Amino acid sequence: MKQLQRKNRLRAVAAGALAVSSALVLTACGSDDNSGGGGGGKAAKAGNIKCDGKGNLLASGSSAQKNAMDLWVKNYGAACKDTKINYKATGSGAGVQEFLQGKTAFAGSDSALKPDEVKNSKKVCTGGQGIDLPMVGGPIAIGFNVPGVDKLVLDAETLAKIFDSKITKWNDPAIQKLNKDAKLPSLKIQAFHRSDESGTTDNLTKYFKAAAPSAWPHEPGKAWEGKGGQSADGSSGVSSQVKQVSGAISYFELSYATANSIKTVDLDTGASAPVQATVENATKAISEAKIKGTGKDLALDLAYDTKADGAYPITLVTYEIACDKGNKPGTLAATKSFLNYVASEDGQISLKELGYASLPTEIATKVRETVKSLS
Amino acid sequence: MKTDIEPTHTPAGTPPRIKARSTGRAGDKIFLALSRGSGIALLVIMAAIAAFLSYRAAIAISKDEANFLTAFEWNTGTEPMKFGIAVLAYGTVISSIIAMAIAVPVAVGIALFISHYAPRRLAAPVAYVIDLLAAVPSIVYGLWGALFLVPHLTGLYTWFDEYLGWTGIFSYQGGAARSLFTVGILLAIMILPIVTSVSREVFRQVPKMHEEAALALGATRWEVVRMAVLPFGRSGIISASMLGLGRALGETMAVATVLSPSYLINASLLDPGGGTFAQNIASHFKEANDNGRDALIASGLVLFVITLLVNGAARMIIARRKEYSGAAA
Amino acid sequence: MSNATITKNEAGASSLRQARLPRWTLPALVVVSAAAGAGIGTAAGLGNTLQWGLIAAVLFILGSYGLAAAVEGGRQAKDRLATSLVWVCFVLAVVPLVSLIWETVERGKTVLDGYFLNHSMEGVQTILPGGGAYHAIIGTLEQVGIATLIAAPIGLLTAIYLVEYGRGRLAKAVTFFVDVMTGIPSIVAGLFILSFWIIILGFSYSGFAGAMALAILMMPVVVRSTEEMLKLVPNELREASLALGVPKWRTILKVVLPTAVGGITTGVMLAVARIAGESAPIVLLVFGAAGINNNPFDGAQSSLPYYIYEQWQLGNEASFNRAWAAALVLIAFVMILNLVARGIARWKAPKTGR
Repeated sequence: MKQLQRKNRLRAVAAGALAVSSALVLTACGSDDNSGGGGGGKAAKAGNIKCDGKGNLLASGSSAQKNAMDLWVKNYGAACKDTKINYKATGSGAGVQEFLQGKTAFAGSDSALKPDEVKNSKKVCTGGQGIDLPMVGGPIAIGFNVPGVDKLVLDAETLAKIFDSKITKWNDPAIQKLNKDAKLPSLKIQAFHRSDESGTTDNLTKYFKAAAPSAWPHEPGKAWEGKGGQSADGSSGVSSQVKQVSGAISYFELSYATANSIKTVDLDTGASAPVQATVENATKAISEAKIKGTGKDLALDLAYDTKADGAYPITLVTYEIACDKGNKPGTLAATKSFLNYVASEDGQISLKELGYASLPTEIATKVRETVKSLS
Repeated sequence: MKTDIEPTHTPAGTPPRIKARSTGRAGDKIFLALSRGSGIALLVIMAAIAAFLSYRAAIAISKDEANFLTAFEWNTGTEPMKFGIAVLAYGTVISSIIAMAIAVPVAVGIALFISHYAPRRLAAPVAYVIDLLAAVPSIVYGLWGALFLVPHLTGLYTWFDEYLGWTGIFSYQGGAARSLFTVGILLAIMILPIVTSVSREVFRQVPKMHEEAALALGATRWEVVRMAVLPFGRSGIISASMLGLGRALGETMAVATVLSPSYLINASLLDPGGGTFAQNIASHFKEANDNGRDALIASGLVLFVITLLVNGAARMIIARRKEYSGAAA
Repeated sequence: MSNATITKNEAGASSLRQARLPRWTLPALVVVSAAAGAGIGTAAGLGNTLQWGLIAAVLFILGSYGLAAAVEGGRQAKDRLATSLVWVCFVLAVVPLVSLIWETVERGKTVLDGYFLNHSMEGVQTILPGGGAYHAIIGTLEQVGIATLIAAPIGLLTAIYLVEYGRGRLAKAVTFFVDVMTGIPSIVAGLFILSFWIIILGFSYSGFAGAMALAILMMPVVVRSTEEMLKLVPNELREASLALGVPKWRTILKVVLPTAVGGITTGVMLAVARIAGESAPIVLLVFGAAGINNNPFDGAQSSLPYYIYEQWQLGNEASFNRAWAAALVLIAFVMILNLVARGIARWKAPKTGR
């Protein structure tokens, strides 16, 4: 009996040893190198990327810039092997929160810091405060899924009413009036909004407030205030709902529409012709933006109520938020080096095909200067 | 696993075989201290969790400008905070009730199927597979729920709307089927295996004598089940259901993936909206500031207490019926 | 009654037996109601096959009840009804569960290959296919391993204390708190670690933080199952050992534990399987990472449940495929643990004297 036990124990120890050693073997055989396969693709030429710093950079926030960030991270990672950028697309609200808790090196956000957030940021940024660095812009597309309708024109007022559940059928006269030729079905409108706090929501509601104040009685903000409708998590969440649900309409960055081949609404802004949600048209609107931030803060004032021809007014500019002074010493070098690449011409130029609009030159120059001065 | 037991040998510090002569009282003391120490450690950990959560929850509730129990909103990002758990409590309870209403009868059915109806060759593998399904991770149920179940429920819901829409509870406006009812269905599927396997255990322990006596009196199979099996297994079924209910109440990610959350209570169960405690925490912890997190903790504490009551009830039922000992495992 | 008995005569039934439906009726009824379900379904223009199934099931139940009531009488009819209900329950339950497994395998296998298993997501554009779950697998193994290392010894020793020594107030308190602990919703355990360890104590997100939450969830399960197993060890064994003058601790180590080791191992492995699939606390605590991080104590990690959730959230076809593949890996992992645990239980079962 005793012998038997010992044997069993031996066997158990052997099994344990086997497990441990196989785990060790496993740790040795994986690879971070995805340059060979599929989405890994080939990274851009290292060219002008100046590497600095070491280790892992944690960042989180806006899902609007996730697709751009993927590309930046890929290119940067290919050039700078010592640094790993870990960007988590959790929504602007969450990104700012995690930054304010001092858990991340920088945050991605589609709306600039609010005054009380700036105040809170002084706890994390010793001797400084959090600043907004615009990095890339883009149109917020209004994606829809209505059977038999390929082209849809809406204006701010109708849109606001749709999202506030005041217009509930696709063949509502208000919609029909804007789309004389379309065969609109008598289908219930399923308006999807974001369930998380989102900069995209913030920008859309700001647009409503600017362009159709009477139709949108709610305060603009990251959390959805409108009435009714359905919700989903993240830009990806709402876009995949639009894809699945007949009669659905929602808002997300153009890149999600492109990736899921979702049709988008043309906006009747009062310009001579309805404006399509394209990168060019958004660039045009963004070029009217003014810097409203003070000091090193480069928060932008977007022209949501623009009536210029070919300017798509529902745009967002997505920021990286970092400390102007008092960034954590361990991550400062890498943060600067990465943001520097992002704001550089190389970083900006690669984004068009993903549905992003690069910054106006004048603003981009300022961003580069500011990034250099981070400490 | 064996390696985990090993440390218990070392404190004695002696190669046990040779020192068998020694009284080993020192060893006894050390061993007792060690095992009692673990007990105390566990106690301390748990007490710390409870104290910490209650403390944070108290802070949050004291800052709450709305009624914590009845308010229909969750605004924790701004000062003053206004939040209430009414919607979450409603959603949690309703979705769990739906889950139980679906899962328990079906689970008892399958348990009976395995223990009394199925051909012997089918029963064993089915029991085995059901046991294994109890181990499928909840996130996988969530994935399946979001990508497979939700798109496939629209048809059923439209049908409900057509024939039962007049009740108000089953009216359906179209759109994605991401409602509390869907959550209930998914939860039902998730807890089905656990309820089944516990009930099956109980049915297996029905004294053969009772069944044979009933059969000898000319009872049909159903009469045997009704008169001998179900009465014996009743408390077992209840405790199995409670175990399932405990799981359903605390389920997080699966709910978060299939529900379209809002802070409104819909009259219709099929229309999107509502939320559950766990889902609300999962969706909002990341964007919550310190206050918001405390508020979420407060709601988590409520969930904790509810789960505790349910589990306690289950345990009491089990304890009251000593003959049946398998359920606690 | 009599004419029905005559038709059944070839089965050798005595004339005293009740009239019974011939054996082929039920299968026939299944076919008929299935056909009718499909027929009505198509006629009514119901696109959903699920609805056809429901109609067929209802038809089958009613049909068998009606037939039995007409031929065999009320009691038998009720018996038939119960039988068909039980069968329907079985089918109803099996459909979603099979669909779950089938769907996971079917969609998971499209990208599940060697590349997927030993590559991370580093540098992969998430809207495009490619990448793998290696970093998540490592994360899961390490987090679950650490959780087990924390929870299993504490749980085992606590159970030993409760069964072998436990009397008095302390034991009662421990038992009570173990009961309380089993009720912790996993998300609350995660929230506790998040606010306490990460926010207040200021540690960073790490695999270890996740492991601690998992350990909290695992401890009561281990205590419970070990307790059950230790209680099954016959007291005669302990008494015999003690009577021989063996100290209590050696009795426990050399007599009690070896007797129960099979059951204990099974319990621990089932607990491991349980926490391996736990997603809620992990999502809060490990941050998630695209690259490989072999160090669970420093820096963000991923894990399989986290990876599935992350890829699902990304919401495009490529990421859905990755999510399914990772789900398949996770299910396989958990199932293997379960199978091994059951294997051990069966292998060790006779020795425990059950």
